[in-house]
Amino acid sequence: MKNIIFVLFLLLPIVVNAAGGSKYPLDKAEYDLTDKASLQSGAQTFMNYCLGCHQMQYQRYQRTFEDLGIPLELGQENLQFTGTKPGDHIKNAMPTESGAKWFGAPPPDLTLTGRVRGADWLYTYLRTFYAEEGTTFGVNNLVFANVGMPHVLQELQGVPRKTYEKMLVDGEMVDRYVGIKADGSGQLSAAEYDTAVLDLVNYLVYVGEPSRLQSENIGRWVMIFLLVLLVLVYLLKKDYWRDVH
Amino acid sequence: MWKNLMDWVEYRLPIMRVANQHAIQYPAPRNMNVWYMFGFLATIVLVNQIVTGIWLTMSYTPTAEEAFASVEYIMRDVEYGYILRYMHSTGASAFFIVIYLHMFRGMIYGSYQKPRELLWLFGMFIYLALMAEAFMGYVLPWGQMSYWGAQVIVSLFSAIPVIGPDLVIWIQGDYVISGATLNRFFALHVIALPLVIVILVFLHIVALHEVGSNNPDGTNVKRKKGSLREDEKTKYKIHEYYTSKYDIIDDIVPFFPHIVLKDLVGFCIFLLAFCYIMFFIPEMGGYFLEAPNFEIANPLKTPEHIFPVWYFTPFYAILKAVPHKLGGVIAMFSAIICLALLPWVDRGKVKSWRYRCGLHTWNLLTFAAVFIFLGYLGGTPQEAWKITASQIATIMYFGFFVLLFIYSKNERTIPVPARITE
Amino acid sequence: MSNVSLDAHDSSKTENQPASSNRRRFLTVATSVVGGIGVVGAAVPFIASWNPSIKAKAAGADIEADISKIQPGQLIRVIWRSQPVWIARRTPELLASLSDFDDQLKDPNSDEEQQPAFAKNQYRSLKEEFLVLVGICTHLGCSPQHLKDGAFEEYVEGAPEGFFCPCHGSKFDMAGRVFQNVPAGLNLVVPPYMYIDDNTILIGSEEGAA
Repeated sequence: MKNIIFVLFLLLPIVVNAAGGSKYPLDKAEYDLTDKASLQSGAQTFMNYCLGCHQMQYQRYQRTFEDLGIPLELGQENLQFTGTKPGDHIKNAMPTESGAKWFGAPPPDLTLTGRVRGADWLYTYLRTFYAEEGTTFGVNNLVFANVGMPHVLQELQGVPRKTYEKMLVDGEMVDRYVGIKADGSGQLSAAEYDTAVLDLVNYLVYVGEPSRLQSENIGRWVMIFLLVLLVLVYLLKKDYWRDVH
Repeated sequence: MWKNLMDWVEYRLPIMRVANQHAIQYPAPRNMNVWYMFGFLATIVLVNQIVTGIWLTMSYTPTAEEAFASVEYIMRDVEYGYILRYMHSTGASAFFIVIYLHMFRGMIYGSYQKPRELLWLFGMFIYLALMAEAFMGYVLPWGQMSYWGAQVIVSLFSAIPVIGPDLVIWIQGDYVISGATLNRFFALHVIALPLVIVILVFLHIVALHEVGSNNPDGTNVKRKKGSLREDEKTKYKIHEYYTSKYDIIDDIVPFFPHIVLKDLVGFCIFLLAFCYIMFFIPEMGGYFLEAPNFEIANPLKTPEHIFPVWYFTPFYAILKAVPHKLGGVIAMFSAIICLALLPWVDRGKVKSWRYRCGLHTWNLLTFAAVFIFLGYLGGTPQEAWKITASQIATIMYFGFFVLLFIYSKNERTIPVPARITE
Repeated sequence: MSNVSLDAHDSSKTENQPASSNRRRFLTVATSVVGGIGVVGAAVPFIASWNPSIKAKAAGADIEADISKIQPGQLIRVIWRSQPVWIARRTPELLASLSDFDDQLKDPNSDEEQQPAFAKNQYRSLKEEFLVLVGICTHLGCSPQHLKDGAFEEYVEGAPEGFFCPCHGSKFDMAGRVFQNVPAGLNLVVPPYMYIDDNTILIGSEEGAA
């Protein structure tokens, strides 16, 4: 009985800590690391829009091609700068000091951002840029206030704006905030943009930990093995202990 | 021929005698329950940490410039490197889960009472060494939490009067936490402290075997020589080191194969949990591998919230509860010293909580709850109510020892049975 | 000497359980076998982690060498797997004179496995004109000098060009074959290589090989 009470105490911190921490409510990013098509699309978006400023200095091109099922020549042609070899790390030519000068702080390396921020944060962040007068790049962000990053995906999303609706509330016309909407000038529709961002986030999560899927594969076999071993060891123990009162 | 070889060796190095005395014909109480698994599991985790640690050292670079990158090199470029890394990180947290449960077992069954005071003290030394080892190990990946956690904890030493600030510089090897600090922490973490821990564990086990294992009833299985009838003595073959000094009552089983097999079952269950975490959720929601630590150390950017890894959080809460810097440090160390003094704080003669007063049971459970609550307070962002809560919880923590000291002198206990009851 | 009884059971004092001992034996064997599999499985990451890492493999990757600028009689050096690799463009006269010294060589027909199959010929190369060698002396690992324009004659009479190793005096001809009466015992190594096109050699891989 006492032991049960004790175990219940152990569960307390988990319950209490479930109450979260972030300020802006984050959308759930339903990414799927086994969806290679999604990962490839995300990789392409990264190379086209992000690599100019952000590096992935711990990830090699070749690893990306192999894990995403991209044939080597295709990957070199479409996803690599000329002059880089497949075995190289994903780096760009921006010097750190220049980055600091242009953006206030050098654009961070993104190899592990998936693990630092988490998928939900990234997914929400990339979809909550909005136009604002008086900022360096003309945009602000709901998740990361006053971020020093321009909205590089604007040509895909269109110009995003905070939209308000006129509503009758308690007999008065008020402007109610109804979210961020793009003005339609982007290459993608709102739903397509969300998918593109999800693919990009999927890719970022993958790069954060390329071994995840392999780890889970091995883990499944290990669990089965351990269950078999447990049964055998338990039976053997019981057999020897039968003669102990 | 094989027997001749073994005899030749045995005559010069008594391997079999030692094995028999300590691992085969050692008398273990037959009612050792789940709570008695954790010592064995701790040894397993220690072996795990050492072996995976050695392998990680083969690929890790202990310089400020290269450390973080070398960990990613292990995770990505070294074949199965990610398994080695996760075994080590999961093992570190597993070590503390096991050790805290191991210590709590000692508290509920009075395993620290005479004649096991020295055993308990060795355990506390191991605990201290383990905390230092874990702290230094956490600095090695050189992430944001590694750096800033080191910054906070090392700067605590500046609270010591007169020598404090100079001591901090001496520990750091530099005017700030830097590569010099990292490199020496690496040396201490890889060889110095593991050596100390292994030696202490060896002494811990020797001390245990000398006085014998306790059990959940707190009864004594080693009786005065000649005090038992033949049918009361154990039927198993027990080493003469014990049988020559005591009559061993028929409440024991030989360590091999009975306890070994029992431990093996526990080991499999432990492995199921350990491997599940390791392969599927190594970060464990940010408790075993903290998200901010996946960002490289930046001396110019302080993280929004700095707290230590979960196993230090109760002591961190006690530290923060006292508004005075030196006072907080003293309170934190006193918390551990009180634990070490348990054999003398507890003046009772009955060992197991099964036969002690109800107040003792509630005292112990409250202590556990307070410890966990302190951990919550120490590991979450500061809020106004938490300051008062930590102070109350800290007082309750020390209150456990004060209360125990008071009621243990003339405690109302149930008679302890002569024989093991299960 | 104390004896080791495997199950610490003094069977003279308790009853025998023959039925359980078969079961016991089966369970013990089964558990040991399964446990052994587990130990082997657990050892895999430790042993495999010693294999060359992706970083080592990337550093050891194939090298492309541009041979369009090499003049006849000239030799260039490239680095492959941290080793010097020579690419020499041999003149027709040099090629013709190679067989003159066959009787002074230890292994004129390249019988020893110091080259890929395609180089087991008179000129020890894919195309006659270009010689590709790993520039490490097969004696103790120094890098020999390339001597030409008569400078090799002081070591081998009548041979205007060759490789001389200054460390212990080993001599090799312009097909990398080792002379007799020198410390080195084997011809210089020809690495695997192939022609990507007429102007580029890829060092590290053979045509058709993985």
